[in-house]
Amino acid sequence: MKVMAQMGMVMNLDKCIGCHTCSVTCKQAWTNRAGTEYVWFNNVETRPGQGYPRQYEDQERWRGGWTVGADGRLRLKAGGRLKKLLTIFSSPVQPELADYYEPWTYDYATLVEAPLGDDFPVARPKSLITGEDTKVTWSANWDDNLGGASEMGHLDPIVAKIRRESEDRIRFEFEQTFMFYLPRICEHCLNPSCMASCPSGAIYKRAEDGIVLVDQDRCRGWRQCITGCPYKKIYFNHKSGKAEKCTFCYPRIEVGLPTVCSETCVGRLRYLGLFLYDADRVTAAASTPDEKDLYQAQLDLMLDPNDPEVIRAAREEGIPEDWMDAARRSPVYALAKTYRVALPLHPEYRTMPMVWYVPPLSPVVDLLKEQGHDAESAGTLFGAIDALRIPVEYLAELFTAGDVEVVEGVLKKLAAMRAYMRDITLGREPDGSIPASVGMTEEAVYDMYRLMGIAKYDERYVIPKAHVEDAHRLEEIGCSLDYDEGPGMYESGPLGEASGRPVPVAVETFHALRDRQTADQPASSESLRGRVNLLNWDGNGRPSGLFPERPPEAHPAAEPEQP
Amino acid sequence: MSAALWGVLPYLAVVILLSGTIWRYRYDKFGWTTRSSQLYESRLLRIGSPMFHFGLLVVVVGHVVGLLVPESWTRTFGVSDEFYHGNALFWGSIAGICTLAGIVILIYRRRTTGPVFMATTTNDKVMYVVLVAALVLGLWTTVVAVYQGHDTADYRETVSPWFRSLFRLQPDVDAMAAAPVQFHIHALVGLLLFAIWPFTRLVHAFTAPLHYLFRPYIVYRSRDVGGAGARPVRPGWSPVGTADRERGGRR
Repeated sequence: MKVMAQMGMVMNLDKCIGCHTCSVTCKQAWTNRAGTEYVWFNNVETRPGQGYPRQYEDQERWRGGWTVGADGRLRLKAGGRLKKLLTIFSSPVQPELADYYEPWTYDYATLVEAPLGDDFPVARPKSLITGEDTKVTWSANWDDNLGGASEMGHLDPIVAKIRRESEDRIRFEFEQTFMFYLPRICEHCLNPSCMASCPSGAIYKRAEDGIVLVDQDRCRGWRQCITGCPYKKIYFNHKSGKAEKCTFCYPRIEVGLPTVCSETCVGRLRYLGLFLYDADRVTAAASTPDEKDLYQAQLDLMLDPNDPEVIRAAREEGIPEDWMDAARRSPVYALAKTYRVALPLHPEYRTMPMVWYVPPLSPVVDLLKEQGHDAESAGTLFGAIDALRIPVEYLAELFTAGDVEVVEGVLKKLAAMRAYMRDITLGREPDGSIPASVGMTEEAVYDMYRLMGIAKYDERYVIPKAHVEDAHRLEEIGCSLDYDEGPGMYESGPLGEASGRPVPVAVETFHALRDRQTADQPASSESLRGRVNLLNWDGNGRPSGLFPERPPEAHPAAEPEQP
Repeated sequence: MSAALWGVLPYLAVVILLSGTIWRYRYDKFGWTTRSSQLYESRLLRIGSPMFHFGLLVVVVGHVVGLLVPESWTRTFGVSDEFYHGNALFWGSIAGICTLAGIVILIYRRRTTGPVFMATTTNDKVMYVVLVAALVLGLWTTVVAVYQGHDTADYRETVSPWFRSLFRLQPDVDAMAAAPVQFHIHALVGLLLFAIWPFTRLVHAFTAPLHYLFRPYIVYRSRDVGGAGARPVRPGWSPVGTADRERGGRR
């Protein structure tokens, strides 16, 4: 047993109102740059719907994730190493910009610059790819709230699959359909197929917290990761020629702050915490022959942080005690393993995704309400979960590789919690038979309710900080000592001011300070190297560049003073 | 003149190639990429790119064999000159034409597909000129060889001994000087291509990911030391905008 720690996320889909705040704040934080206009590390999809990029779940087309061969061994669905190298000159399965959308902006300048005339000036949409006028035809959430579902609903790969395999049909007529929102980020998988697909070996999983990152200095833009990731959560920065992905906001996580998407979530539906897992068994679990057993296999990988055997093994691996404590208080472990209400997204891709979802009961509740039933009573809800096959089958295709029973079990737990808590809220005698009917104790249901209903900030986000022994490394001064270019080699790069690696401010200040202390002259342009950093200016003299150049004839002595 | 061209210039090119590559690797790892444009267009790329790259690989093998294997060796193994030249011409022409056709498709695509042309830098354009020149001139030597017969243009008695002598640090300038003029031009353009190589997108060839065949699928790495804190601004963080916005200025 090799115990490793993994930062995980759980999203409670019942609470998602589809406001896209997570997407917008994530974009502002990470991808508001040239080359990443179309990149959404976080996006919110309306389901049923095609998702982003369109139909990314159709793995017969996109060849993402893993598959198990006849010999029972795990292999990349898009082909092995040799095949990847042989097709490297033109990647065979690669989404094009048309599968995402052509990003655009508006020509706002016209609004203020247009000459006076009879017509109102119009801000035309301009493509951010070509710079030309463009027509907006698609975006990252074009089918939001089932927009266009009556025409395009059948393009959802899951809808298509259910239509093929089930006698029922998903209807898109108003009042007969259902919908919910699915926020998606990178899954930070235990068995990432993007990493396995990367010819350069630039994608890595951090040993401390399991966050999957792309080393921007080692990525060579072969783009195999984009094919490899079944969730299509690796994007190609078309300006820099490098792959980019959700970072799990690691700079925030390292100091104990939640990710931007979690922090800004209006519905407070995201939970962050640690999982402990057995790294030695990941490949075996991902090779489970039957797709429907993959959820259980993944659950079995998650280790109980209270188990003395696990604690001993974790200590051997050097996992710090405060991390162990965080693992014991982890809300994601509680939702995924203790209560078993959080499910992985598409376990059949065999990547062991670490962003889990509490499936929404709302499609069932909404349908009941519309039909005039009491959507809070246990009996009605249980009956409806059994009867309303379509939403349940759809959820099963998303979260359990089509195993309806597991989803039913989770939905019944959620329904039981709802019905049981209603009695308490209304001051009635709580009905102990309701939790019992889903195999839970009254205390467990109440605890689950507390976690899902009223957990505060520090209960939703249990994030151990990057460890104190490492803290000095996290500060900039640490890297100044082993800074690559060495002392004195800190002028700007040979191709001009902005080229090359920028010098950390601390390094620059250190050298400027030393210069100042050892020099017998006031700080000059020489020691400041033509740049003026007021932090380094000792207040003596006039370093050139501090003020704009004066024209020679405009010297104060020669200039008559204005009264 | 000959001494400068065939005795000095090759070493100069190698020095630029090596030092330039080392400099680029140390200085610009972030810029070290294929700069793929498949996101913009893939229909023509799917035909042109493999044609060009595979053709080029065969061309490289051809050059290695032709330049490094002495005539005496092949004769010892009983390979007749006719057989050797016939093969060299046959495979060389096929590979050369494939490569040339591939790059013509790619350049056509680059010029006619709006977004791809937008993403083309001056650096790329200069590189394409030199690369295509080297290819065309190389094919030209082959055409001349076919036209005149191999006896008048046997590079194995002129160019190849000179090339091998370069490694002995005693360049056989006279041998190269005796080669026909088309070889001279081809070699010069080739040297120019090597000299500009480290400063163009061609560097991606030096990081061909052959180690992929041997590395484990899952890569664990410890947290980046010295990562957090007041981190320096990294390359790749330029603002979004169109030409219009830049013209109009921000307000």
